[in-house]
Amino acid sequence: MKKLLLFAVLAAMFVFAGCSQKPKEEAKPAEAPAAEAAAPAATGDVIKIGVAGAHSGDLASYGLPSVKAAEFVVKSINDKGGLLGKKVELVVVDDVCKPEVAVSSANKLVSEHVVAVLGHICSGATKAAMGTYLAAKIPVMSPSATSPELTKSGEYPNFFRTIAPDDSQARLEIDYITNVLKLKKIAIIHDKGDYGKGLAEFAKGFAEADKKLEIVLYEGITPGAVDYSAIVQKIKQSGAEAVLYGGYHPEAAKIVTLLAKKKMNVKFVSDDGVKDDTFIKVAGQYAEGVYATGPKDVSKNPLAIEATKKHKDAYGEDPGAFYLNAYTAMLAITNAIEKAGSTDYDKLTNALRTEDVETPIGKIKFDEKGDAIGAEFSVYQVKNGVYVEVQ
Amino acid sequence: MDYFLELFLGGLTRGSIYALIALGYTMVYGIVQLINFAHGEIYMIGAFTALIIASVLTILGLNSIAILVIATAAAIVYSSAYGYTVEKIAYKPLRNAPRLSPLISAIGMSIFLQNYVLLAQTSDFLPFPRLIPEFAFMEPVSHIFSSAELVIVSTTMIVMVLLTLFIKFTNIGKAMRATAQDKTMALLIGIDVDRVISVTFIIGSSLAALGGVLIANHIGQINFYIGFIAGIKAFTAAVLGGIGSIPGAVLGALILGWTESFATGYVSSDYEDVFAFALLVLILIFRPAGLLGKAETKKV
Repeated sequence: MKKLLLFAVLAAMFVFAGCSQKPKEEAKPAEAPAAEAAAPAATGDVIKIGVAGAHSGDLASYGLPSVKAAEFVVKSINDKGGLLGKKVELVVVDDVCKPEVAVSSANKLVSEHVVAVLGHICSGATKAAMGTYLAAKIPVMSPSATSPELTKSGEYPNFFRTIAPDDSQARLEIDYITNVLKLKKIAIIHDKGDYGKGLAEFAKGFAEADKKLEIVLYEGITPGAVDYSAIVQKIKQSGAEAVLYGGYHPEAAKIVTLLAKKKMNVKFVSDDGVKDDTFIKVAGQYAEGVYATGPKDVSKNPLAIEATKKHKDAYGEDPGAFYLNAYTAMLAITNAIEKAGSTDYDKLTNALRTEDVETPIGKIKFDEKGDAIGAEFSVYQVKNGVYVEVQ
Repeated sequence: MDYFLELFLGGLTRGSIYALIALGYTMVYGIVQLINFAHGEIYMIGAFTALIIASVLTILGLNSIAILVIATAAAIVYSSAYGYTVEKIAYKPLRNAPRLSPLISAIGMSIFLQNYVLLAQTSDFLPFPRLIPEFAFMEPVSHIFSSAELVIVSTTMIVMVLLTLFIKFTNIGKAMRATAQDKTMALLIGIDVDRVISVTFIIGSSLAALGGVLIANHIGQINFYIGFIAGIKAFTAAVLGGIGSIPGAVLGALILGWTESFATGYVSSDYEDVFAFALLVLILIFRPAGLLGKAETKKV
């Protein structure tokens, strides 16, 4: 009897712990069929650009849209006569998002004499492959690797990206609270997950470095709990003027509702995990006035409309994740080759850093470290039941 | 002092929420010695039923009290049907099997029902309407204790008292106790054991549905997974209080709610679950049958 009970409790706890872990990726031999399809041509009369990322396995949905984006851009360039009088050719390699496979994919691209690489998709795989590319002096541009280290560490001078790094939301949130809302005391709350806690840690770091904001509370909550009134009371007790929340919308909706019900006048600032229409539907009237950061609105950008339309015409569906970022990266690479008038590494990277290019995510160029200037996040606020970009 | 009172009330609400689900757990366990892991899913199905009925009635333009009553009634009927069916399909054929078999069957049922709702409905969170109105007399204190919370706490207490009386004084209640003591003997003296067990599951599922409506109303959102998380905590509460004991489930749930609330308030919410489960381990070490549970004597 006693044993059965203990067993059941233990079993319940293990089931609980097991759920919070991500399923392990399965090992799969990596060789993209597309790589073989690319016809070998003598170097000299074509410009080869590598496309690397997860094209099979459970993260394929993050990598395949970038291949499609690259194909569209290359096709339109080749239809207009190519780059510097040469045809552009893609060399596609699959890294299944695994660091160890990424290194051999990188070696393959180097041996194919590509002049630049679009990829990789995952931060870990990208980091692993960067050494190979640096030794071969090949610029790499990722549409999706958001690890701050890739640019901030300065270890990868040949790395560029068309997506804002993970810490930029935290930076923006802290700046917004300090400079626009002009508040002094904040509570930082997160959901203990990779995304939410990561963001909260960056925010804490920035606030401590700035010395303009006092962090009166820093805590993690348990996602999915039935009630958050204790943490809300604690926020009240701490005297915080704003809550910076790192996490997703279900918990945010519960906390925002409680804050309103307890008649607390506290601003709520969160991230793009909360910038979701479900949040407004669930929190209803209590969502009004909530701030959330999210990628800049590109739905009116003519290039974005054109890129999306191309995909819809060819495949009959909306493009997948990071499609526009990959499209942007490909435009940036080809534009830089054209502006530099050469595929030489130094001229090419210089062009990437100095020449503006019109892309689906707006007019961009790259800073010293490789982050795109112009690919930042914006602050949105819920007004009358919709998220409106705050100027 | 205010802070303490607020945490106390927060813990009371949280505990009552756990108790509403724990009551069903403990009742089924008391009669058939089965940990019904699908109980959380019955609760979730109750919440979904209430949401669907409430949405339809809102379109028809009924007032909120009528919607609350009809939606709750529908949820109870629907969930009871599920509870009844689950017992017939997954537990009854295993009644004489080793103890572990129905336990595994229950876990299977839980996973099945979750995925069924996921496929039949959606994986997204759905907003749940606030059906319980704000009472005018609660207005001065609504910032520390809302009307919905009052309803949850009082419902839990009323249900606990009614259930205890039901089991003590009604005929079917007596039959339940007899079945709990010795199934074969109960059968021999003419108790329809199958019927008693069905009634137990129907009552347990009704409580889960009632909990589903009240809790979803409090939280404001539901999805297919809510039953699992709430179920784990309710199960913990039932074990803490002594599984099989009805006042024990409520006591265990309240202690769990207060532990979590005060741990968050005075230590850190990061350690909320750590405190809750550490307390469980401690209590089980000193009182292996739970706070109000009776240590079982082996029949030789």
